[in-house]
Amino acid sequence: MKILVPVKRVIDYNVKVRVKGDGSGVDLANVKMSMNPFDEIAVEQAIRMKEAGNADEIVVVSIGVKQSQETLRTALAMGADRAILIVAADDVHTDIEPLAVAKLLKAVIDEEQPGLVLCGKQAIDNDMNATGQMLSALLGWSQATFASKIDIDGDHALVKREVDGGMQSIRVKMPAVISVDLRLNEPRYASLPNIMKAKKKPLDEKTAADYGVDVSPRLEIVKTAEPAERKAGIIVESVDQLVEKLRNEAGVI
Amino acid sequence: MAVLLLAEVDNGALNMDATAKSVTAAAKLGDVTILCAGERCADAGKEAATIKGVAKVLVAEDPLYGHRLAEPTAALLAHLAADYDHIVAPATTDAKNILPRVAALLDVMVITDVSGVVDADTFERPIYAGNAIQTVKSKDAKKVVSIRTSTFEAAETGGDAPVETVATAAAPGLSEWVEDHVAESDRPDLTSAGVVVSGGRGVGSEDDFALIEKLADKLGAAVGASRAAVDSGFAPNDWQVGQTGKVVAPDLYVAIGISGAIQHLAGMKDSKVIVAINKDEEAPIFQVADYGLVMDLFEAVPEMTEKV
Ligand SMILES: Cc1cc2nc3c(=O)[nH]c(=O)nc-3n(C[C@H](O)[C@H](O)[C@H](O)COP(=O)(O)OP(=O)(O)OC[C@H]3O[C@@H](n4cnc5c(N)ncnc54)[C@H](O)[C@@H]3O)c2cc1C
Ligand SMILES: Cc1cc2nc3c(=O)[nH]c(=O)nc-3n(C[C@H](O)[C@H](O)[C@H](O)COP(=O)(O)OP(=O)(O)OC[C@H]3O[C@@H](n4cnc5c(N)ncnc54)[C@H](O)[C@@H]3O)c2cc1C
Repeated sequence: MKILVPVKRVIDYNVKVRVKGDGSGVDLANVKMSMNPFDEIAVEQAIRMKEAGNADEIVVVSIGVKQSQETLRTALAMGADRAILIVAADDVHTDIEPLAVAKLLKAVIDEEQPGLVLCGKQAIDNDMNATGQMLSALLGWSQATFASKIDIDGDHALVKREVDGGMQSIRVKMPAVISVDLRLNEPRYASLPNIMKAKKKPLDEKTAADYGVDVSPRLEIVKTAEPAERKAGIIVESVDQLVEKLRNEAGVI
Repeated sequence: MAVLLLAEVDNGALNMDATAKSVTAAAKLGDVTILCAGERCADAGKEAATIKGVAKVLVAEDPLYGHRLAEPTAALLAHLAADYDHIVAPATTDAKNILPRVAALLDVMVITDVSGVVDADTFERPIYAGNAIQTVKSKDAKKVVSIRTSTFEAAETGGDAPVETVATAAAPGLSEWVEDHVAESDRPDLTSAGVVVSGGRGVGSEDDFALIEKLADKLGAAVGASRAAVDSGFAPNDWQVGQTGKVVAPDLYVAIGISGAIQHLAGMKDSKVIVAINKDEEAPIFQVADYGLVMDLFEAVPEMTEKV
């Protein structure tokens, strides 16, 4: 079985983001970018499935600016076999909406015919939590979101999902789109020899136009603002003082 | 404008808090019709009809909708969508699973986790773990929107909207429910509790997490946790607060042995009063706390439990 893993280049999760003064967005010039943490988990899962003999090829796909090839190289260094970059923007500040990403991924999937798509549950920049579900709808495939355990059982997958009430187990027909949650696995680091080897793995470069997909946004960004600041608090000296303040000043207990 | 709002129904029971808060947001868009879908949900439908500001309630009862699998529920919503300008739901894990699928079926963009409604086309939503608030204007003819319930007050009850049944859509037959693993608890629900007491990695073990739970019980609070506490097995996954867990905004949030990573702050920084107990005075959590106590939690928490 072939597994397809979409990976997104996002601001590193350790970076404190800064909203631009003119309200046009978040400053991304000269900040550290990395693979979306959830996508590392998806790549790791695909590699483990291949190591267990449940998959024979892992194709990673990224959609965005040309620099996304760094993200793809990281995935190749982890253990993916082949990469496809779809250049759909020239400016690092332009990002492609989940609906357009899903349409491009569908076009890739129509060509590649994978048996499974593993994606992240959400990208930590826009926190949309949408692409996998949209892709699954466009393909008419089954979907299993927020996976914390995946077992392949013939032409079905048994997936344990993290939901508001606890956990839910479902059985989905393959091919399926599965979006992964944080506790599915701990992704490996790429070793130096593997980073070198990854440079020679195939990376195909395409454009959105090659697939005939219109990526113009449906949502116009009116403005981007800093969230309201909290007013500074105080340090109390003792539990007694804390309880007194909560009772008499804040009135919350 | 006509709005179709998917109520949060779990095992036949209406989640009144999440649904009533979404009604407040949806009422700014137009006339609200609530859809209750489930294996049995006539009672949930009757209860939803009491929410003020609701024009009508639709009930779709079928085993197909029993466990809120995405494929059949999305097909039902897409099938009903023709009569509405907006499809709305509270941003629970169920709706996060279902709504993007509905949007793709309708060829429109989904607008998730909306924290403010500006007008019928324009919405505010937090991005980058709440470090920025983006205002977006949709160009789509239909809008599919999930609501961050922690930022809206619940609509009042006392209304009496008519209830109708609707025909169900065809079964896609793609996935089946196997089982739920749900812990029963007498504590208030994390996302609607007035007080939340959360523990982090500093608590050190599953056994010691009982300290957090005791303080919570004394305060009539829900229990939360950081990702590190959940990953370490001190607390179950459904207690996680943060960017990838639950978003809460109680009157009082007590963070114990939690450093205050941006991903955790994303889930709690809209709380009215924040208390932090941490032995490291440099911990970033103190920057958002109204009251900080620099102290070892193993001393502070039992003492506080005794004194509140
Ligand atoms: C800097 C910046 C500028 C923006 N500018 C605009 C703008 O000008 N106009 C506008 O309309 N919108 C803009 N947006 C918003 C953007 O179009 C989308 O709303 C948002 O990026 C998509 O949500 P998400 O990435 O959180 O996807 P999610 O649905 O949360 O992603 C889930 C998973 O889908 C996969 N995935 C998602 N995207 C990709 C990708 N590109 N390549 C490969 N896999 C992917 C990954 O596996 C990921 O884990 C901007 C966003 C950013 C960050
Ligand atoms: C993609 C992504 C998503 C994430 N999503 C979330 C999320 O939703 N929610 C979330 O919480 N995190 C999330 N995280 C993780 C987050 O970055 C932090 O790692 C996590 O919040 C840290 O948890 P913590 O504060 O409990 O642990 P630590 O950062 O280890 O802090 C422990 C604190 O306990 C204090 N302490 C230790 N012993 C004592 C004692 N005896 N008495 C008093 N204080 C003590 C220490 O001083 C320290 O400040 C996410 C990370 C990523 C990459």
